[in-house]
Amino acid sequence: MASMTRRKTVNAVMMTLSTGAAGLGLFVLAVILIHLVAKGAGALNLAVFTQDTPSPMEAGGLRNAIVGSLVMSAIAVAIGTPIGILAGTYMAEYGRFSKLTKLIRFVNDILLSAPSIIVGLFVYQLLVVSLGHFSALAGAVALAILVIPIVVRTTEDMLLLVPDQLREAGLAMGAPRWVVIRTIAYKAARAGMVTGVLLAIARISGETAPLLFTALSNNFFSLNLTQPMASLPITIFQFALSPYDNWQALAWAGALLITVAVLALSIIARLVTSRKEKA
Amino acid sequence: MDTLTRERSPLSFEGIDPAPKPRISIRNLEFFYGKTRALKGIDLDLPENRVTAFIGPSGCGKSTLLRVLNRMYDLYPNQTATGEVLLDGENILARGTDLNRLRTKVGMVFQKPTPFPMTIHENIAFGLRLMGTVKSEIDDRIEAALRGAALWEEVKDKLQASGQSLSGGQQQRLCIARTIAVEPEVILLDEPASALDPISTGKIEETIHQLKERFTIAIVTHNMQQASRVSDRTAFMYLGELIEAGETAQIFTRPREERTSDYITGRFG
Repeated sequence: MASMTRRKTVNAVMMTLSTGAAGLGLFVLAVILIHLVAKGAGALNLAVFTQDTPSPMEAGGLRNAIVGSLVMSAIAVAIGTPIGILAGTYMAEYGRFSKLTKLIRFVNDILLSAPSIIVGLFVYQLLVVSLGHFSALAGAVALAILVIPIVVRTTEDMLLLVPDQLREAGLAMGAPRWVVIRTIAYKAARAGMVTGVLLAIARISGETAPLLFTALSNNFFSLNLTQPMASLPITIFQFALSPYDNWQALAWAGALLITVAVLALSIIARLVTSRKEKA
Repeated sequence: MDTLTRERSPLSFEGIDPAPKPRISIRNLEFFYGKTRALKGIDLDLPENRVTAFIGPSGCGKSTLLRVLNRMYDLYPNQTATGEVLLDGENILARGTDLNRLRTKVGMVFQKPTPFPMTIHENIAFGLRLMGTVKSEIDDRIEAALRGAALWEEVKDKLQASGQSLSGGQQQRLCIARTIAVEPEVILLDEPASALDPISTGKIEETIHQLKERFTIAIVTHNMQQASRVSDRTAFMYLGELIEAGETAQIFTRPREERTSDYITGRFG
């Protein structure tokens, strides 16, 4: 009987602790979001999208930063996704039992958790120092290096979830390996792989450190990849630390934009995954 | 037991059914998972247009044997086979065997239904396209294959539905349809009905019965009644050895080996 009471007590304590921890986490998140919406929504207006970053105390928007972020993210995804998917495919399909795969997995995990400022410094050395100037391309490459390990990981994981029997069934039809991968394995793993890419986009959309050393920033609208380019995270960094009210307001607006974009990507990722589960 | 198996030549299926010519001849087949010897000196013929059933307790090597016949084991490292498996006079275990071509000749249906993640139509067109079937013929071949697998009536109005939306039994018949669509010579069935309800099982067995007119069939089953219902020949395996093979009626009524009779009467396994 005593042990029963004790078990019940322990249970109650544990439940209180874990509920409390979950509540605290949610509370912090809610405070951040409410604060962000309260400050950011007020600063959001059409000019944010149509005008470029202003001088202190002048009216303006974030157009150059928004476009810069979109451009660099798009290039990063365009570079990182194919490399990531092909590498993940090698690991899950062709080289599943090879030592090289184990090595890649180990290195990839390191890359996955490497501080992004290191990646920024690496690309700075590689593309900024050697070319003599900051450029949007260097920024995109730095972001691509962050995309690759995420896509590699999710691609491999998702392909490994595809039952071997499905592959065997494809091979049993006399299909060559690459046909089985392309038409069966990719199809079965598609939702998960798309989710991986979306999560990678979400991850890089808030990255500041790698861009600081590579794309730098630009107060003017620019689509020139060989020149510095503005981006939302760096503009936020710059404006939020400034003493000017209009810059601070724009920083809030930018922060809200990134948050909403990441939230939207997460929701899309969820929808993609759940649609697959239903199928 | 050793003396008895040695006496029996691999070609001698005793009984009333005059032995048709073998489609697959297995000679001194050994199989290894790493260093574990999973098949020991198997000699057996699979006669043309007959159903050969493989029975035996779990782990006796039935499925392993089946996976040798289309070299499915090739996918995994450390799995090796030695000896000979002759199909149309060619040793399929030989180096340089074109596996894709081999597998179009030796089709396989798995224990769990494995519809591809695509429509019913595409599931069957998959193999046809690989073979280079001309576009205008594909629809007809799909219908013929679905009829052959006794699935046409149930799916003819929803060929564009996902193959995975079908019931388990229908999925399995879809897999059979997919396999026969490419007109293989041999069909390997690895416990094709073990995941199905009795009605679906009955349909599959009926299908198998019709298919043997056109194909040579090897079926692995845990279900003794099923083996006796669908097969012409039965091979009993135990611990990686082929203990006894013969006409199904003979194996089930007058097995020569004590282990065979112990197994089929349910004394072990």
